[in-house]
Amino acid sequence: MNSIFVYCELTEEKNIADVSLELCSKGRKLANQLNVPLEAIVIGDVDENIARQVSPYGVDVIHFAKDNRLFPYQTLPHAAIVIELLKNEQPQIVIYGATPIGRDLAPRVASALRCGLTADCTELAIGSHIEPKSQKEYKNLLLQIRPAFGGNIIATIINPETRPQMATVREGVMKKEIISNSYNSKISKIDTEKILKPEHFILQTIERHVEPQKINIKNANIIVSGGYGMGSKENFQLLYELANILGAEVGASRAAVDAGFAEPERQIGQTGVTVRPKLYIACGISGAVQHRAGMAESSTIISINTDPKAPINEIADYVIIGDVNSVIPKMIKFYKQNVK
Amino acid sequence: MSFKIVVLAKQVPDTANVTQDAMKEDGTVNRAALPVIFNPEDLHALEMALRVKDKIKDSEVILLTMGPVRANEIIREALFHGADKGYLLTDRRFAGSDTLATSYALSMAIKKLWPVNLIFTGRQAIDGDTAQVGPQTAEKLGIPQITYAEELIDVDTSSITIKRRLDRGIEIIKSTLPCLITVNHSSPRCRFRNAKLVMKYKKATSMSELQDRNEDYYDLFESKPYLKIDEWGVEDINADIKWLGLSGSPTKVKKIENVVFKAKENLVLADNDNDIDKLMKTLINSHIIG
Ligand SMILES: Cc1cc2nc3c(=O)[nH]c(=O)nc-3n(C[C@H](O)[C@H](O)[C@H](O)COP(=O)(O)OP(=O)(O)OC[C@H]3O[C@@H](n4cnc5c(N)ncnc54)[C@H](O)[C@@H]3O)c2cc1C
Ligand SMILES: Nc1ncnc2c1ncn2[C@@H]1O[C@H](COP(=O)(O)O)[C@@H](O)[C@H]1O
Repeated sequence: MNSIFVYCELTEEKNIADVSLELCSKGRKLANQLNVPLEAIVIGDVDENIARQVSPYGVDVIHFAKDNRLFPYQTLPHAAIVIELLKNEQPQIVIYGATPIGRDLAPRVASALRCGLTADCTELAIGSHIEPKSQKEYKNLLLQIRPAFGGNIIATIINPETRPQMATVREGVMKKEIISNSYNSKISKIDTEKILKPEHFILQTIERHVEPQKINIKNANIIVSGGYGMGSKENFQLLYELANILGAEVGASRAAVDAGFAEPERQIGQTGVTVRPKLYIACGISGAVQHRAGMAESSTIISINTDPKAPINEIADYVIIGDVNSVIPKMIKFYKQNVK
Repeated sequence: MSFKIVVLAKQVPDTANVTQDAMKEDGTVNRAALPVIFNPEDLHALEMALRVKDKIKDSEVILLTMGPVRANEIIREALFHGADKGYLLTDRRFAGSDTLATSYALSMAIKKLWPVNLIFTGRQAIDGDTAQVGPQTAEKLGIPQITYAEELIDVDTSSITIKRRLDRGIEIIKSTLPCLITVNHSSPRCRFRNAKLVMKYKKATSMSELQDRNEDYYDLFESKPYLKIDEWGVEDINADIKWLGLSGSPTKVKKIENVVFKAKENLVLADNDNDIDKLMKTLINSHIIG
């Protein structure tokens, strides 16, 4: 039966990226539902043991291309390898991270294979579809669910006729789950010499500075998040203070990031990361749909806002009507007093 | 002219300002109720193209858009900012195209304009946020792509050097031409309209706009050919209808839902010592914090 493939990308430190491991976990579940193997693609100049980092997530076959010209990522050589591999293997589903790499590569591959591609899915499922006109039934399709129209609607997209069915998924949307630390994956080596041609290397990298990922708010249990209502970068210090005593991470809305109050890695929402912490404290955030899309599943939500009608309040468990500059110092004070 | 720069741009509904009135009962969007705008990142793409034009003698910037006749508005807008020429791809058989079919149509139109030296697109269009049409068009033309361009570092008649913006850094990449470049919102904003160009191109128009207005501009196009916005249909670009429109689009929309978040029952507190002390105690006692 035709497999499910996950394109796995490497981080700056040359490990498998978290988003790829998350997709392997999701891919494993879909593969179980369809009763097919899960296969991964790893391309880079790394050793086999790095490629094997995907094994515990339940990958049956790792297609592995090792070549010192293949790191850092470049569109043409990576696309050539992936296109060749997918043509030969004919998987039914291929998923990629919705990262700068995944979103550069996947459309190029989709165009070459003339297959469908859905960007930025927030959910993937298996389901059937009946075509209204012809009443033809399609079974076991990949349902690709994503926000559309600036987050105002949720659309379910399908590819009834073409294969593979392809999607990109943002980091943090799927959960990483280890199946077994001794899961047995077969390595299948890709002969890069046969695929790569000089014309794949016509782009020249003249300079490159990429920082390793330092901020990672995705796995935090508690998130103290600030919006435009924080007023300034200096006021964001209050959030770091509160986060520090609670053992929390600091998140931000896009308006706060755009205003320079916080780093882009802290942005939560449709075009940032998706989080589901135990506690989410929204400070001076109005709660636009695009922001709620990334945090609505938090277990407990506290909103601090001067406006009693802010949309974030609708999904909050506790709403504190007040100025962040006065409420947060009180929270710090009473936390210290009450915790022994 | 010898050096051709094509800008792909789209007229899009202003999704940042979707009001409740624009949502229909069944959860779909009433496009007619939304104002349309020049896709924001496509204006950045136009600016980068104009900067190339500033540097290369004998070059021209051509705006290409696929859409309804109304999309001529963005062609005129581009002419006001410094583009030299516009083409509108419009045909009922293009309707319903997904990104794959759109990139096929655009690539066929670009082939008709060939030889083309550079193509600029926006990173993504705000109606779909897919960021697929650029790379797919590059693949169909068999040329390299540079995505997320932030700055034009250098360009001459045989190569271009671009700074790209990545999540946590930058890359400077040099490519041979032809090459397709998708432009990020972090790049320079589009220059202002030029008053002289506004005067010159105010009346730029296409045949179907004239027919709608019941006007005869035959003489005008004869004397001022630069006012003509060319319209191309399926046959003009030698496209195969098999790869166009709904039938050429592998992706189908199965279902659309309006986003509704369930309102929770919440506890409203005031900014006083008593309320906040109580809240912190509740959170500690239920082991959410502490
Ligand atoms: C395609 C698209 C994608 C997007 N993606 C994202 C995304 O991923 N993440 C995201 O967050 N946004 C995203 N947005 C933007 C989103 O629509 C909102 O503009 C943004 O979330 C607003 O941020 P904010 O709540 O911080 O600012 P505002 O909407 O300006 O709200 C500020 C809030 O602070 C309150 N306030 C002001 N002063 C104080 C004070 N002293 N004390 C307490 N409260 C105060 C105000 O009452 C208000 O509620 C996206 C938009 C689009 C179109
Ligand atoms: N119908 C169209 N006409 C011209 N250019 C388009 C069209 N659709 C998309 N593009 C270009 O492709 C880019 C990416 O679009 P998208 O893949 O829809 O996010 C846009 O910023 C435009 O530059």
